[in-house]
Amino acid sequence: MQTELYSSVVWILVLLFGAFLVVGMFGDRLKARASGAISTLAILAGAVISYATAWSYFFNDGMIDGKYQMFIPFQMEWLRFADTMAINLGIMIDPISVMMLVVVTTVSSMVHIYSFGYMKGEDGFERYYSFLSLFSFSMLGLVLATNLFQMYIFWELVGVSSYLLIGFYYQKPSAVAASKKAFIVTRFADLGFLIGILALSYYTRTFDFVDLLTGSEAAITGMAGQTFMGLSVLTWVLVLIFMGGAGKSAMFPLHIWLPDAMEGPTPVSALIHAATMVVAGVYLVARLFGIYVMDSTALAVVAFIGAFTSLFAALIAVTQNDIKRVLAFSTISQIGYMMLALGVSGYGGEDGLGFTASMFHLFTHAMFKALLFLGAGAVIHAVHSNFMTEMGGLRKYLPFTHITFLIAALAISGIPPFAGFFSKDEILAAAWAANPLYFWTEWFVAGLTAFYMFRLYFTVFWGENRNYEHKPHESPASMLFALVFLALASAVVGFIPFSHYVTSDGFPFETHLHMNIAIPSIAVAVVGIAIAAWMYMRPGKIADRMASSMPGFYRLSVNKFYIDELYLWVTHNIIFKGISWPIAWFDRHVVDGSMNGIAWVTRQTSEKIKRLQSGKFQHYGYAMILGAVAFVLLVLYWNA
Amino acid sequence: MDKLSLLIWIPVATMIVIGFFKEPKKVRVIAAIGMAVQLTYIVYLLFAFFAERNAGNTDEMLFVTDLVWYESLNIHYAVGVDGVSMSLILLTGIVIFTGVFASWEITDRAQEFFITLILLATGVFGFFISLDLFTMFLFYEVAVIPMYLLIGIWGSGPKEYSAMKLTLMLMGASAFLLVGILGIYFHSAPDGGELTFNFIEISKISIPKDAQMFFFPMTFVGFGVLAALYPFHTWSPDGHASAPTAVSMLHAGVLMKLGGYGALRIAVMLMPEAAQSMAWFFIILATIGSVYGALGAIAQKDLKYINAYSSVSHLGLILFASLMFNQVAYEGAVLQMISHGLITALFFALIGMIYGRTHTRNIYEMGGLMKVMPILGVAYMIAGFASLGLPGLSAFVAEMTIFVGAFQNPDMFTRVATVLVISSIVVTAVYILRAAAIMLYGPLKDKRFAALPDARWYDKVAVFILIGAIAGMGMFPGWLGNMIFDDLTPMFSRFIAG
Repeated sequence: MQTELYSSVVWILVLLFGAFLVVGMFGDRLKARASGAISTLAILAGAVISYATAWSYFFNDGMIDGKYQMFIPFQMEWLRFADTMAINLGIMIDPISVMMLVVVTTVSSMVHIYSFGYMKGEDGFERYYSFLSLFSFSMLGLVLATNLFQMYIFWELVGVSSYLLIGFYYQKPSAVAASKKAFIVTRFADLGFLIGILALSYYTRTFDFVDLLTGSEAAITGMAGQTFMGLSVLTWVLVLIFMGGAGKSAMFPLHIWLPDAMEGPTPVSALIHAATMVVAGVYLVARLFGIYVMDSTALAVVAFIGAFTSLFAALIAVTQNDIKRVLAFSTISQIGYMMLALGVSGYGGEDGLGFTASMFHLFTHAMFKALLFLGAGAVIHAVHSNFMTEMGGLRKYLPFTHITFLIAALAISGIPPFAGFFSKDEILAAAWAANPLYFWTEWFVAGLTAFYMFRLYFTVFWGENRNYEHKPHESPASMLFALVFLALASAVVGFIPFSHYVTSDGFPFETHLHMNIAIPSIAVAVVGIAIAAWMYMRPGKIADRMASSMPGFYRLSVNKFYIDELYLWVTHNIIFKGISWPIAWFDRHVVDGSMNGIAWVTRQTSEKIKRLQSGKFQHYGYAMILGAVAFVLLVLYWNA
Repeated sequence: MDKLSLLIWIPVATMIVIGFFKEPKKVRVIAAIGMAVQLTYIVYLLFAFFAERNAGNTDEMLFVTDLVWYESLNIHYAVGVDGVSMSLILLTGIVIFTGVFASWEITDRAQEFFITLILLATGVFGFFISLDLFTMFLFYEVAVIPMYLLIGIWGSGPKEYSAMKLTLMLMGASAFLLVGILGIYFHSAPDGGELTFNFIEISKISIPKDAQMFFFPMTFVGFGVLAALYPFHTWSPDGHASAPTAVSMLHAGVLMKLGGYGALRIAVMLMPEAAQSMAWFFIILATIGSVYGALGAIAQKDLKYINAYSSVSHLGLILFASLMFNQVAYEGAVLQMISHGLITALFFALIGMIYGRTHTRNIYEMGGLMKVMPILGVAYMIAGFASLGLPGLSAFVAEMTIFVGAFQNPDMFTRVATVLVISSIVVTAVYILRAAAIMLYGPLKDKRFAALPDARWYDKVAVFILIGAIAGMGMFPGWLGNMIFDDLTPMFSRFIAG
């Protein structure tokens, strides 16, 4: 094992955090490009180390006795709780963390380069780059975590980086509201995660993944044996932890923050809200997969939520008009695929196909979805609008963007030989093996995906030729470089034999293309594309007629099934008006009122009593005589 | 002179020197120098403390001095520190030092102001080094009385009302406290022998249970009022709102911690049996306090009220932790005292600076201030993130320690209370981000604010030191946590045995 190479992964974190501090504190004194260069060099260095690590791990020394091992080349104690537990900070090298290392540094590097062009001349350019560094640092800390608490720490830090970047245009009220919403919704979900961690560690006495996954069977079986409110404690814990993952990964019903998060700059959407942070929930379940497989109920919840969300989000995506929102709902839908794949997976060998498929799809999705977002960014950059109704015929003006976008759209639709086809094929195969109902759901979603993606593609690049106020222009080289790089990736990464490297138990296995799955899935994708072409390739009224033929569905879909309104109603009418305002009133008037009341009574009493001290001798004489008489009477009465 | 008494003599000397000068410009420089000396000395003391511990000195209290003060009642001037009090002394040193810089613009009767302010701090230092309950009580009163003057004279708004309310409620609490302390004193020698006020000595004997049942609630409530125990917290929003900046900082940052420290170290630790049998009641109050305070903060418009309710919530956590009978939770309680002290001091400092510029504390009258004063805006966001428990900043460390400790109690009642208390951190995020969004972000609301200056050098001194301390504690919590945990061990082991 190349200890030195693996421990050098720490340097990625140090470099990125350093870049964040330097650019964050001194950025306003540097030239804008210098700030960007510092951040970009840091992440490029990180990418180099990551690739070297991945190469070494997968092809040289990661495998011992036929199994990919978990290495911890670096670890230190951060905070100790009594003698039994401690939060450590360290680095875990294993198949999924190395894979994520590659994903995060690749996409992040491309976004850094792309942003040179996209963010040029923006106010707060250096702030943008410092936040990008902070995000990359936090995301890698999350990915490399050796224990649950470290993961939680960086989990919160990616949350705050996301908050800062969504709210980058902080003078725009909608961006501010979106950033707040994203933070609070995910924070609420993280409450479940935190309680889950506390409960799990209460039984297992450890936070460390290695200990949890290899040395805690007895404790975990014990948890499975205890019940709480009808479910086993293990189920509760795993569902609570999944709640955290569902929040970050925008699973129904915690998905509401992600579409709004599109208020952030588009490269940020590509990096955080498509390729990396939003798959953290999938990564979390994968990380604890050895425990999840011990509880079929929790796994069933994961599968169900994943499947439901993928369908639900796809149904919304077909009617959205904002190009970034279509992509956002598409992301939610695709993450649903990944969750479903984990939920239907077994453990070990070919039973773990779902696990491998999920990670494979995470990998390919990161490439083509980042590309879609960056392509959308190039379009927005060219026409200065997010709305598809204001676009059309752009293939003439933006030839590079057009071709790269087409590749990405084919990839996500599952057309061979592009990346998405292979990973989706494995997911569908795993779903078929577990439950045909899941297969048919996802098969249908695959058709919807092809449809909404090509609806977007045809509307933007074909459709009506508009008279643009400013002639749209192709993007600068920095942006095109990122597009071309990711397009190449989207075209080829599907050929990686993923099951040779990333498996549920570390032992590689062979998999093949499932023809019985591939043929119907290609067919449905082609149908989806064909319908989209028929409706949107030429300007016409077909789409409007379709919409008016299904008014109920159309309205539900456009309004995202009114989930946002429901949340808004609950927070406004129940939490604010129903709880918070009354508490504030109660505190001022009842609690404080009674304190003031005591003071008032005291004052009134003393006002009354003070008359007694009149200073007149006769009064005191009377009082004395009266007192004496009363005393004598009392004594007489007592004796009688 | 012994090591610890110098913590009192340095501020006293500073007050005397200030007495010779009238001009605000000189007075504040002297105050700053005096408190800088004090802070430097505290840091030296901290290193001396570590040196002693590393040399293997396992005495419960270090640097002990014990002088008989009033023989017939066996009252001593007894001082000593352990990891717990040492860390709170460090907190006090930081807050008073930065408080002087936050008061840099005070020109009205500056001499009297700084003397009174430093007198307050002196009382706090005296409180934390005292081992004798009687002198501890004495120092406590030394800290409370100047508060009345500081709010009543240099305050704003309905300052006489607020000052009176605060003082009366705290005085009422000290009446309970005095009864409690005397009760402890009169039961300090159950097997005959001399009565004592020394709480280390008392912790080694066990007070009869029936006496505990009477005096524990007295003492706990007496200290609890100071730590904003629900429903005796209402002095705090009004008091903070009217107090001048540095007074709010010291008050919320340090003075309220006297309550937490006393509740944990005196009430719970000396009377553990009563504490255990009455815990359920106070756990309910503390849980209400932490959730209710957070929910109440959402509805506030005034920055100081937001922060005051936030303090009720965060101090509820301290009181909650002190009733968990778990050493990790106790460590968390102390960490939370330090963390909240730093964060709330930063908040109040910033609120004072913002108010000094905009002349309003109503968040709805502000908006878009980030663009105008980026340094203060960013600092406010950092304080906010710290307050909502972002990892890397201090409150995360403290809260997680409390939660992990509290979660070790297996009974369902405590579990439910723990989960409720944990849920308050979500509400915290709501009120922090809401206030920030309204006040700092969005378009500039009031055109008159466009030309307001950002932080001045003295503002930066206060703000940067506090941020440094918050981030330092948040990133490197190990030494602090271990120091507190280790020094809780002797008392805790007796406590469990008793």
